[in-house]
Amino acid sequence: MDDLINDFLVESNENLDRLDSELVKLETDPSSQELLSSIFRTIHTIKGSCGFLGFSKLEKVAHVGESLLSRLREGKLSLTPEFTTGLLAMVDAIRNMLGEIQKTGQDGNESYPDLIETLNKLQDRDQPGPQKVNPGSPSPDDIPNQNQADFMQKILAKSAAPSPDSVQVNSLAPLHHESPSVSSSAGPEEASSAPHPPEETKSANVPGETIRVDVHLLDRLMNLVGELVLTRNQITQFSARQTDPNLVSPAQQLNLLTSELQEEVMKTRMQPISTIFDKFPRVVRDVGMGCGKQVLIEMMGKDTELDKSLLEAIKDPLTHIVRNSVDHGIETPELRVARGKRAEGHLKLRACHEGGQVVIEIADDGAGIDTSRVKNKALERGLITPQQAANMSERELLNLIFLPGFSTAEKVTNLSGRGVGMDVVKTNIDRVNGSVDIHSAMGAGTTIKIKIPLTLAIVPALVVVCAGERFAIPQVSLCELVRIEADAANSKIEFVHGVPVYRLRGRLLPLVYLDQALHLERTPESAALLGSAATIVVLQADDRQLGLVVDEIIDTEEIVVKPLGKKLKGVKIFAGATIMGDGRVALIIDVLGLAQQTNIVSEVRSRNASSHDEAAEIDKNKGNRQALLLIQVGQQGRMAIPLALVARLEVFAPAAIEHSGFQDVAQYRGEIMPLVRVSDILQITAGEKDASDVIQVVVYSEKGRRVGLVVDRILDIVEENVVIQNPSHRDGIRGSMVIQSRVTDLLDIPSIVRSAQINFDQEQPPVEDLVSA
Amino acid sequence: MSSTQQFCTFFLDGYIFGVQVEQVREVIRYQEMTRVPLVPAVVRGLINLRGQIITAIDLRRRLGMKDLPEGELPMNVVVRTEDGAISFLVDEIGDVIEVQDDTFEPPPETLQGLAREVVHGVHKLPGRLMLVLDIERAVNPDDLNGHIS
Repeated sequence: MDDLINDFLVESNENLDRLDSELVKLETDPSSQELLSSIFRTIHTIKGSCGFLGFSKLEKVAHVGESLLSRLREGKLSLTPEFTTGLLAMVDAIRNMLGEIQKTGQDGNESYPDLIETLNKLQDRDQPGPQKVNPGSPSPDDIPNQNQADFMQKILAKSAAPSPDSVQVNSLAPLHHESPSVSSSAGPEEASSAPHPPEETKSANVPGETIRVDVHLLDRLMNLVGELVLTRNQITQFSARQTDPNLVSPAQQLNLLTSELQEEVMKTRMQPISTIFDKFPRVVRDVGMGCGKQVLIEMMGKDTELDKSLLEAIKDPLTHIVRNSVDHGIETPELRVARGKRAEGHLKLRACHEGGQVVIEIADDGAGIDTSRVKNKALERGLITPQQAANMSERELLNLIFLPGFSTAEKVTNLSGRGVGMDVVKTNIDRVNGSVDIHSAMGAGTTIKIKIPLTLAIVPALVVVCAGERFAIPQVSLCELVRIEADAANSKIEFVHGVPVYRLRGRLLPLVYLDQALHLERTPESAALLGSAATIVVLQADDRQLGLVVDEIIDTEEIVVKPLGKKLKGVKIFAGATIMGDGRVALIIDVLGLAQQTNIVSEVRSRNASSHDEAAEIDKNKGNRQALLLIQVGQQGRMAIPLALVARLEVFAPAAIEHSGFQDVAQYRGEIMPLVRVSDILQITAGEKDASDVIQVVVYSEKGRRVGLVVDRILDIVEENVVIQNPSHRDGIRGSMVIQSRVTDLLDIPSIVRSAQINFDQEQPPVEDLVSA
Repeated sequence: MSSTQQFCTFFLDGYIFGVQVEQVREVIRYQEMTRVPLVPAVVRGLINLRGQIITAIDLRRRLGMKDLPEGELPMNVVVRTEDGAISFLVDEIGDVIEVQDDTFEPPPETLQGLAREVVHGVHKLPGRLMLVLDIERAVNPDDLNGHIS
């Protein structure tokens, strides 16, 4: 009996999912008898089964739905959005009851009298349907008068129907007249107002084509194959040293077979993305109805397959994005028409394989994201500081919507706009090693692109050795490998205040020594490796790069990722463990965790927020680590500018300096940028310069306007605890502090800009703002 | 009338410890371990148990005893816990013994410190005492984190 109920639950849930999309489809094509019949059959099957299994409340709900559908099918009523809404509500009610049955074995206490009444009312509406008067489409489903040939025709039509992604085994069901559930479902049928043909029975599986398999069984199978792969690796390693053909040739055979087996077993866990996509038409409809929008959803690449566990992981984020697109992205029909677009919004979902990854694109043709609004919102919420905002690119601004607590929706609706969401989307996608990218054009729409790996179980990784231990680094984070020979190692690795860095094509790459990061103890033999050649693994963590210094690179290898026990979950630096060819365990390094541990990436999600705090605190003269740009002004003046205020560093040829009024200017990125000589403002004698020397300029930007600060030399970038020891009352200087054991003046850029009488037009902010900047 | 229970016994620094037989998955000889950096010292490393990666916890360290002398290799008692299998490193494996429920007593109040946390009680065997290990407590990560050495 339990098995029966289980089968019923599994089957009904699948059918309900299909119902959602079919009902929505029916709305766009109300005359489709095929869809109507399919929907009718599904409800009928559920009704029949629950009569048989004794779920009377569920049966009642299904029964009114069925009656309504049968009147629709007979053409006595025509479909209006009201009907669809009612029927969808019924689907939800049935789904709830099924959930209840799964939990308790009973169909619950809720009997949905309101829903039943609504559906009954709809049914009683005397409204002639268009189908009835249409002689061109005789209802093929009037089964009592129908002969077998009609049946067959319908079946054939079904199998030719362009819906290959859901195999409709139901269509074969009418042939099974003698199934026991016919008699049990016949009773209530006769009592109902609309007589139903006994065409439906429990849907029959086509034997030999598909079978249901427990997912746990597949998981176990996958684990066992993982084992086999490892054992194979061991045997392959061993047989490579042997010459006996009696061993070597079966070992090769084993090698091939195992790979093939692994591939096939992996496939069993793959599911088409349509399992998620097919739910979206309903979601779009519900959200669209809720906010009075018309949205057409188009889906491509529904048969793109990916691992089941990944599908689970991306289901909620995708649903959220789709809801957001309809709710916030697409405009109301009136607005759309006013903007010269079609009244109906267009939402395009596309999935495809691309370079070993699955790419999912969700594109709408809505209003797009207003980056200035994003900026204001972020400022208002204190997620970024004004100077950060001024320096952010469009792309960076767009990415702000992934910060926790961010929502630009003016109107909080039932479904979205409560300030949670996009950060959850990003967190969930990050968790499966995926990435989210967002593009938006004002007025033209927004495209969100998600990239995720095909599977989580097996990943390519680089195997490295440090202090005698092996570690695996997932290749997704790997950028490049740099080897520094022993004699060059000392000079190539430089130090910024004791922190090792390497100049990678002119840019400073912070270095992390793996042995130090992990507190590995070195045995005498591995200690001997120190001081010899250094190998730097350049890794990408979030948007930063870091160089991981290891002793040795072994190889790249496909590794089977195994989770660490809960006991070790707290250690963020490891993503899991794997078993190497020799049977020993190696730890997998979580690059993001490593970067956080070593402060390359502070706390990924709150980076902007925390730097805001830092900026706020620096004003209170509290000690806080800040990146500072060291410059030389005049011959001796050593000054510092908070790096956060620096938009760019540029050099200009002396010839590029032009004059506008009394002001030195330079053409920069298509605009005229005023130049301010810091030495003039501070009344310091400028350093001696040859006429041919290039001019070093620190570009500062505020309210979209740029100012170039001319300095004599750029010295360095340091990170320091900013403790202003000697607050200054002099214009342009905030005070002095000790940096790299030398006294350095901290420049007050806004004040310098003010002294230079550079006018930021009407947008000149109040003085307090400038001070805090 | 009292019921009986079966205990799998093992030795640690001369003491007999026992865990209920149903909790024990298997007993295996010493396995090579991969040490895990940045975790408490009670976690000795990871072992490969036919493809499953299992955390090995040094019970001597967990109980605040001194380490096994250099060169002596511990045995693994693999137990089932709520969060999956865990291996306890012990000195030596004893017999499976059957005990009556009425020989059980809670640990004496004078038992303090690390042992108090993980010893659930004592079975009075003829001539010896068997300490019953509370395995869930023994592997509790919060407790483990207190033992960073």
